[in-house]
Amino acid sequence: MAVNVRIPTPLRKYTADKETVSVSASNVGELLQNLEKAAPGIKERLVDESGNVRRFVNIYVRDEDIRFLDGVKTALKDGDEVSIVPAIAGG
Amino acid sequence: MQYAPLKPRRPLASILDAVGNTPLIRLRSIERSAPHSRIYAKAEFLNPGGSVKDRPALQMVQEAVADGRLTRDRILIDSTSGNTGVAYSLVCAAMGYRCTLVMPANVSQPRKDITRAFGTELVFSSELEGSDGAIMLVRKMVAEEPDRYFFCDQYGNPGNPRAHELGTGPEILRDCPDVTHFVAGVGTTGTVMGTSRALKKYDRRIRCVALHPDDAMHGLEGLKHLASSIVPRIWDAATLDEHLTITTDEGWDMADRLAREEGLMVGHSAGANVAGAVRVARANPGAVVVTVLCDGASRYLPVLRW
Repeated sequence: MAVNVRIPTPLRKYTADKETVSVSASNVGELLQNLEKAAPGIKERLVDESGNVRRFVNIYVRDEDIRFLDGVKTALKDGDEVSIVPAIAGG
Repeated sequence: MQYAPLKPRRPLASILDAVGNTPLIRLRSIERSAPHSRIYAKAEFLNPGGSVKDRPALQMVQEAVADGRLTRDRILIDSTSGNTGVAYSLVCAAMGYRCTLVMPANVSQPRKDITRAFGTELVFSSELEGSDGAIMLVRKMVAEEPDRYFFCDQYGNPGNPRAHELGTGPEILRDCPDVTHFVAGVGTTGTVMGTSRALKKYDRRIRCVALHPDDAMHGLEGLKHLASSIVPRIWDAATLDEHLTITTDEGWDMADRLAREEGLMVGHSAGANVAGAVRVARANPGAVVVTVLCDGASRYLPVLRW
């Protein structure tokens, strides 16, 4: 199942400046694993040592925050759009 | 509770006269983490717009009106992550100027609601591109219609640090003349640049420390990771003595502590500032460290709708 992940500017150094990365995954947890294969180093910025999504990282599936869905167990369908949204910087 | 005898006081001419002159608060409980030093924080959330940004917004607008850059025919425009937007909106409403703001689409709903309540128009830039996306969009809008807008440019306007050089810094020296260290996080860099200039002018030995988020992908709203961002023109690293990096978790945990232990419910950038102040206080026994509580946490709560 292929989903498109929208990458925020501060993480594009891991994706060779690509704005979207296509990853196959059936849920968000799997997506984070497979994203790491496509963009080595990115997972550490998104997930803490114990495997939980860092509390300041916002992940949206079909424009809904995964905190209000099933967290990392949120199921994904073919063609879904997943956005990683950073906090807001500066002024 | 005992009240001091009332001193004579006149009504304010406008809400804008309530900007600045904020109290400096000793953090006695937090100080236990640095037992040989004192830590004070300037309560900028008590500004009428709820954040430190009232100071630069008022200074920049007053200067622009005085020298004719902002007139009734032009619309003040700038990019903002939120607090400066609230401040511009308040200042423009009180002075009768029109205001348009460019914000990343993921700024919190309260920021959008508050700025709109003052009559401000909002334009949204991509939520993936953060404040730099908003900067690029505002530059494009101004380039397309230069006569329509006055571009206030908080990242490059010397009025931003000047507000702190004329206000924040002298107030700290008045309330705490034995200050040895000043610590503040960098966003537009106006607070740390302007306040440090005022403190250094008074006594060059006062150590001024800039705090930086540890990574481009951080969660300290309002702070900027300069190494991966458009560097503000007002930034001048040479004014400062020291640079520390701070993690999102340190800032968030300290914001929680400030609420529980000091009764100060502040935002994450304020938490980061105090966490940095504690580090400086521990490393320099006997220090008198001053920092800034940029805004209150209520700004980050969802606004009730009914």
